[in-house]
Order: sequence, then structure tokens, then C-alpha cells
Amino acid sequence: MEQQYKQVNFNLNGKDVSCVVDIRCSLTDMLRNQFGCTSVKKGCEVGECGACTVLIDKEAFNSCIYLAVWAEGKHILTLEGLLGPNGELSDIQQAFIDEAAVQCGFCTPGFILTGYEILETGKLYTDDELRKLLSGHLCRCTGYENILKAVKKVMYQRLGKTPEEA
Amino acid sequence: MPNVGKSVPRVDAMDKVTGRAKYTDDRCDPHALVARVVRSTIAHGYVKSVDISQAEKIPGVVRIVTCFDVPDIKFPTAGHPWSVEEAHQDVADRRLLNRHVRYVGDDVAAVVAENEVAAAQAARAIRVEYEPLPFVLDPIEAMQPGAPVLHKEYPDNVLKHTSIRQGDYQTAIQEPGLICVDKWYEVPTVQHCHIENFICYAYGEGDRIVIVSSTQIPHIVRRTVGQALGLPWGKVRIIKPYIGGGFGNKQDTLYEPLCAYLSLQVGGRQVKLDVPREDTFVSNRVRHAEKIHIISWVRPDGTYAARKLEMYSNQGAYASHGHSIVAKGMGAFPQMYPCPNIEADSYTVYTNRSVAGAMRGYGIPQAMFAFESHTEDVCRRLGLDSLAFRHKNIMPKGYVDGFSKNENYFDSFNQCMDKAVAETDYVRKHAAYAHQTGEVRRGIGIAPFWYNTAVWPISLEHSSCRMVLNQDGSIQLQVAETEIGQGADTAYAQMAADVVGLAYYTDVHVQSCQDTDVTPFGLGAYASRQTYTAGFAIRQTGLILRDKILDYASEMTRMPKYNLDLMDGEIVRTTDGRVLLKLADLATEAFYSLTHSVHITAESTYQTKSNAYSFGCCVAEVEVDIPLCKVKVTDLLNIHDCGKLINPALAEAQVHGGMSMGIGYALSEQLLFDPKTGRALNNNLLDYKLSTTMDHPHLRAMFIENYEPTSAFGTKALGEPPTCPVAPAIRNAILNATGVEVDSLPMNPHVLYRRFCQEGLIADPWTKEG
Ligand code: FES
Ligand code: FES
Repeated sequence: MEQQYKQVNFNLNGKDVSCVVDIRCSLTDMLRNQFGCTSVKKGCEVGECGACTVLIDKEAFNSCIYLAVWAEGKHILTLEGLLGPNGELSDIQQAFIDEAAVQCGFCTPGFILTGYEILETGKLYTDDELRKLLSGHLCRCTGYENILKAVKKVMYQRLGKTPEEA
Repeated sequence: MPNVGKSVPRVDAMDKVTGRAKYTDDRCDPHALVARVVRSTIAHGYVKSVDISQAEKIPGVVRIVTCFDVPDIKFPTAGHPWSVEEAHQDVADRRLLNRHVRYVGDDVAAVVAENEVAAAQAARAIRVEYEPLPFVLDPIEAMQPGAPVLHKEYPDNVLKHTSIRQGDYQTAIQEPGLICVDKWYEVPTVQHCHIENFICYAYGEGDRIVIVSSTQIPHIVRRTVGQALGLPWGKVRIIKPYIGGGFGNKQDTLYEPLCAYLSLQVGGRQVKLDVPREDTFVSNRVRHAEKIHIISWVRPDGTYAARKLEMYSNQGAYASHGHSIVAKGMGAFPQMYPCPNIEADSYTVYTNRSVAGAMRGYGIPQAMFAFESHTEDVCRRLGLDSLAFRHKNIMPKGYVDGFSKNENYFDSFNQCMDKAVAETDYVRKHAAYAHQTGEVRRGIGIAPFWYNTAVWPISLEHSSCRMVLNQDGSIQLQVAETEIGQGADTAYAQMAADVVGLAYYTDVHVQSCQDTDVTPFGLGAYASRQTYTAGFAIRQTGLILRDKILDYASEMTRMPKYNLDLMDGEIVRTTDGRVLLKLADLATEAFYSLTHSVHITAESTYQTKSNAYSFGCCVAEVEVDIPLCKVKVTDLLNIHDCGKLINPALAEAQVHGGMSMGIGYALSEQLLFDPKTGRALNNNLLDYKLSTTMDHPHLRAMFIENYEPTSAFGTKALGEPPTCPVAPAIRNAILNATGVEVDSLPMNPHVLYRRFCQEGLIADPWTKEG
């Protein structure tokens, strides 16, 4: 079968990049294999687990069911892009450490990125709403308890509130 | 300053929240060759022929091997220590690829190609012709005369049958006035569902084969690959990077031997074998489904006169961990509620289904569902208060198991139950919920559990540790009990810092990536033995290192060693408490001294000849919507006595994860097999219902810290225990809410609908028996 390749130009973690990809390639594979973004994990490759989540124009997507060529002109953010200019952790990454929300770590990048998307809305969510917003990710290690705690903590921090005031 | 007992952050957290932690696939060359396995489409039969002519023509295909090409060597896969006694060796019943296929998904052929697309196309283009045989999916049916035989060495399909006989059951049941409670319970096949699928890659190096694998047990896999390929074990090198969960599935040799074989077939080029999620469900390992029969003969005062147990464990097509799983469950029976007259039998039976192996809890979640459901059912039949019954009959303080010599030193069962009851207002709620009417009802249930920490005396227990002093006074630490997400490396760092006398656990650099060429020999991550077993080796080795450091300190300070101590990274003169020297300065001197240069290291093996009971219980509160046949867990609390906590925050997190797995086991998870074809019906994460953030209440974990006397750091099992009591606690809560005994898992709407109809809670318009 004839293979077809195409050049894709997009912005990855704040930098304009381009590369040539097989048109059948997923965004996951392009990010992992051509850009070394090892934070983009594969747990199912059919959009069921959320491990491959990246933000595309600020919206969380399962990159395994997103074609690499669709990235044309988009802004893609992976976990690697959350670090500050001197390698500082973002608030949500730090909260995952402090709240013991990391175990095997395989679901962690995806959860952090969806957490980041939630936090960027600047809204105050109830526990039930947070549970719903995070429900696209599977984790077999944590029971989600500390992940929810970490996201909630930063949500209150950023809004300058405490859970009691809300 | 002690590090043990503090909730310090994980040593690997930084790597994991930045995405730079390297898992197997992250280390593999993106241009590695890709392997695909061609799987049996029938449940049982013989491969007559494999036609690879079309597949070979596909561009990018490098090599195809079939079941007719592989060496005729049968090998075992269980992640057990090898036994030098033949009678205790694991059953060797599979080849790299099989001509006699025994389940849908069995390995028939393999393709190596330049990329995934070519590999997948070639796998589809291979034509396999079968001679089908009758198949059997149920263990009890498989034991009947005339049932299809899977392995000719086991003509009745019984891989193993073991028994426990205590007292005289037959005579004891003659006692007048006994009430007999006779019930069956059933638990389904479930899968581990670690989020990283099994993956490995292999390449040649010198005259050896190197395999990088997502495994819990690198040293064991080295041996099994050697056995499977007929290679001297030293010619195999296994590297284990970070792994994305294992839960027992990766406590088995999965595709490492096949991958190594394929690499050798292509001249040692790098070959990657990445198992897709759908195949992970079917062709890795699953948790044993079991049918469990309990007959209890009870006196009206609520004491057991005699008890009988039969357990039928569905092994699937190959032996893997085999009988040890159901045997562990059976072993808990006489210990948990001691009774003078017991007859117990357990059978592990081959069937034409996915292979069952180790999974978090190793036979105990199955057993606890049956045992603790039964406790509740007995009390209901007799009109007894089930909590009082448990307090009265459960393993008492001072109980010692004759075989393992484990002892209940502190009355932990009752302590855990007391705490759980107090925390949940159990007694009041249980009474208040007992007689509800209406469509939505609440209920509360309790279940204690039994667990053994490690595997002594059933098999070998040991751990080796190596410590190396660095120039700056920090140390490197290696043990073979692997980090698999549970936080072992962090606990090891905390322990080592305290034993050696370092200020912080961050002064200990744990070598997380294990390599059988480098890491001292050890058995890996399984049972719930990591902190217990590795703890001994860490303590012993730390003391040796410390002793060597103090020797050198004595030399440098010209003080007698007995007046010196190493505390918080400083050499202290104990007679006046004066700090004489920093460890960092001592270390630099030792490395570079022109008079006495020495590299201070320590290495030792500790063979563990003890084991420890781990205890706990779960209380669940539920809301049952009867017309919808739906259960919502509104509160869940686990109490554990796992001894002294090394890291309370990580311990709590570990419990949350186990509870979550328990919720799935109770309410939603089940790998279904089509009775007509033997094919798995829901082998994907959409149709197989793992619980999500939406299915959980706030999870509560609490501890009773009774320092385990046999342990190096007072600690014992916690990894697996949290999963064990959850399903029966939820089941007993449903019983409290509705008065309906649900005796099979998962308690999903299908099962509840049937049961609620049978009990007349809802009217089934379609069936007469209702
Ligand atoms: S790998 Fe993309 S959702 Fe699972
Ligand atoms: S931490 Fe292991 S899957 Fe979430």
C-alpha cells in the first residue's frame, strides 16, 4: 500500500514546530516518537482511558484518537509544557506531589492536564461537578481520592478561598 | 530525626508529575521492529495448518513464526521463587506458541514487522486452519466424566485438589439441636486493568539477550525466559523501568520469552511486543472466578459446631499460579473463625477460558466475599446480632496458626471492628435500616478480612540489599523488591536513612530501574511483602554499612568506636554529644585519602523465616434504588492493622486504590465469556466497567498501628489487603437495606433485578417464577 506523508505545522508547548508524518499517524504517536513527549501515555489507544490527554487550543482531548495531521495550526500543550521557564513545577503538579495523588504515575499526566483545563476556567466547582469533569480518566491505583483533593486544593488556592468560605 | 513514620513525598513523584519518568515504551527505540501475536479464534482444538503466504508478501514484514516452528519446550510462568525440589516446582504447561490451542486468544503465531501497520495487516492475513474440539468453560462441568480434556496429564482437568481436615466433621454434625446453613456463593472473572498494558522489548547484546519489560519480577522472569528458550539463565538480562501498575498480572511471565525468541530470530534486532488493551484482558492473566459452597452447623447460642467448605476455582487454559490462589483462600477459613470440626476442599480446574493468575489479594477477595456473606447469612438464619457474633467467634487474641506460626498478638480483629463501628455509627444505623419500606432504602454492612503478609513457609522468602556510600555522604540503595507504583522506593529510603543514621530520606538514592545484571538477587514485588521482606535486608545491610562508617570514623577521630554514633549524617561522640565529623567529610576522605582509601559499601541477604497476619475490616453504607436495581455506595471506610506505618500518607493512598478495586469487584466488573464460543464479550475499557470518579464516595482509610513484633520496622501487609473486605461489606449493606441475600458478584442491575424479582421486591412482568 502506498504510504502518504504530510507536513504538519503547529505550536507545541509554546514553540512553533513542524514535521512530516504518515497521514494515518495519531497525535499520540507523533508527539511521542517525533517530539519525545513521553508524558503522553497510551493505555488503550481507542479513547477509553484518558492517559494520552493533551490540550488542543486549551481543550483536553484524547490524543490517541486525534490524527496528527489535524494538529495543523493548533496550539498543543503536553505535560512537558506546564513547567515554568526555569523548570519550576506548576501549582497543580506540586499539588499532585503534596497530596500523594501519584502512584504508578501512568494516568498522572492526563489527569494533571484535565485538572489544568478545569482550573483555567477560573470557576468554583462542587465536588460532584469536579468528579464529573475528571471522569474521563481511569486510574487503577489511587481510587481518585487524592487526585480530587489535589485539583480541589488548587482550585481554592487560585480563587483565594478556603472550602469553608465557598 | 526519624524518617520512618512521616508522610514525606514520594521519591519518584517529581519524575512522574513532569512526564519524564521513563516507562518501557519510553525507553524503546521508536524504530524498533514490532511484533504482533496471532491468536486462536476457537476455544479448543488443534492447529492443522498455518498459511503465511499472503502475510509474507506484505511490505514491511520481516519474519513470521508459527506454532510449528518454535522449540518443543514447555515452561512455567508463575512469579514464584523456583524450587529446587521437583515436586514443588510450578507446572510447565505452555510453549512459546501452541498447536493445541486451549482458549480464544491462545498464541498461535507471531509476526515481526517494520511498523505496527504492517504487523497488524500481516497478522490478519495469516490463515489458520483448526481442528476444533469440544470445550468447557465452567470448573464443575470440567470435572465431570466425559468433559473435554485440556491437558492429557490431567485427565479430569483438576490441576490440583487440597484439603483441610480438623476434628471429626461427620460426628460433630450429629449433635442435637444444630442449625444447618448451606449456601453457594459465586465470584466472577475480573482483570487487573493497570493503565499501562503489558509491554516488553528485546535485543541481542554479545551472546546474550536483553529484555526490557513492564514486570514486577525481573529476576524470576530471567529464569523463566532461560527455561522457555533453553538458554543458560545467565545469558538472559532483564531490565525493569518504571511500570504503570501491575496488581499481580505482571507477577507472571507474560510475553518476555516470545519477544526474546522473536528478537533472536531476526539476529538480535530490537523487537517490541506491546499488548493492545483488548488482548491484555484476554491473553494476559485474570482473577480466578470461583464457586464456593459453605455448610455451617451452628448451635443456637451462636457457636460453630462444624463447618464444611468446597471451593472450585476456574484456572482457565494454563496453570500460571495455579492452585496456590484458591489454597490461600481455603487456608483463611479455619483461621478466621476457628472451629474444632472442619472439612475443607479446594479444586483448581482447567477450563477453556483466559488464564487466571495472581491478582491483588491472591484468592482472599474471593474467599472473603463468600466467608463474610456467609457469616451474615448464618446470623440472619439464627436471628443473631452479626456484629456480636463476629466478636465472639473471630480469631481471638493469642491465636497462633500451627503452620505459619503467625500470631494475633493484639486482638486486632476486634480492635479494627470496634474502631470501624464507632467511626460509622454502625450499630444505630444497622438497627435503624433493618425494616425499611419504600423504593430507595439505605443499608450498612461490615466485613473483616484475613491476610498473610508474605509467603513463608509455603515458599522461599528472602531479600538482598546493596548500599553504597557516595562522596557527599549520601547513599545508593538497591533491593530487588520492585517499585510498581505502591511507593516501595520511598519507604525503603525512609527505612535506610534511619538505620544508617542519615538526616533525610532524600539522602538515599534508590535505584528504581532494576537490572538483573546489577540489582542484587531478589524475588520482586508480590504478596504484600515488600516493606516486610525488604525491611529485614535493609536493616541488616544498613547496620553493616553503619558499622563500616564508624570504623572509618574511629580511624579519623582516633576515638574508640564504642564511643561513636552516626546520627542525622554526623559522627557524634556519645560521651558528650559533641559532633566530631560530618559524614560527608568522612565519605570524601574515605574515597580520596592518600593513607587509607576505601569505598565503603555493604551488601547482604536476609532469609525471612517468619510471616505476619495483617488485619482489618470495611464498613460500607449504601443507598439501593429498588426499581432501578442500582446501588450507590454513600460511605466507605477501611480500617487496617498493618503494623507500624512507614509513610502514613502513602499508606492511606494505597488503601484508597484497593478500596476502589473492591468497589469495582462488588458492583460492576466482570469479564464475560460467550457460552457458545468461549470468546470474551467485553474485553475493552468501555464495556468492562471499571469504576470512575463518579462511582465512588469519599473513601476513608484509617489505621490501628500495632507494632508487628516479628518485623524489622514493625510493619506488615498493606498492598493487597484493602481490596479484600470491600465486596462483602457492600453486599452485607445491601442485605441490611433490602433483606435480600445477593450471593454472586458483581451486584450489578442484572443480578439485583433477578434477585429482587425472586424475593418479591419487584414484580417481573415477563417471568412466571418471578
Ligand atoms: S490511550 Fe488515549 S484514551 Fe486511552
Ligand atoms: S496512578 Fe497508577 S493508574 Fe493512576
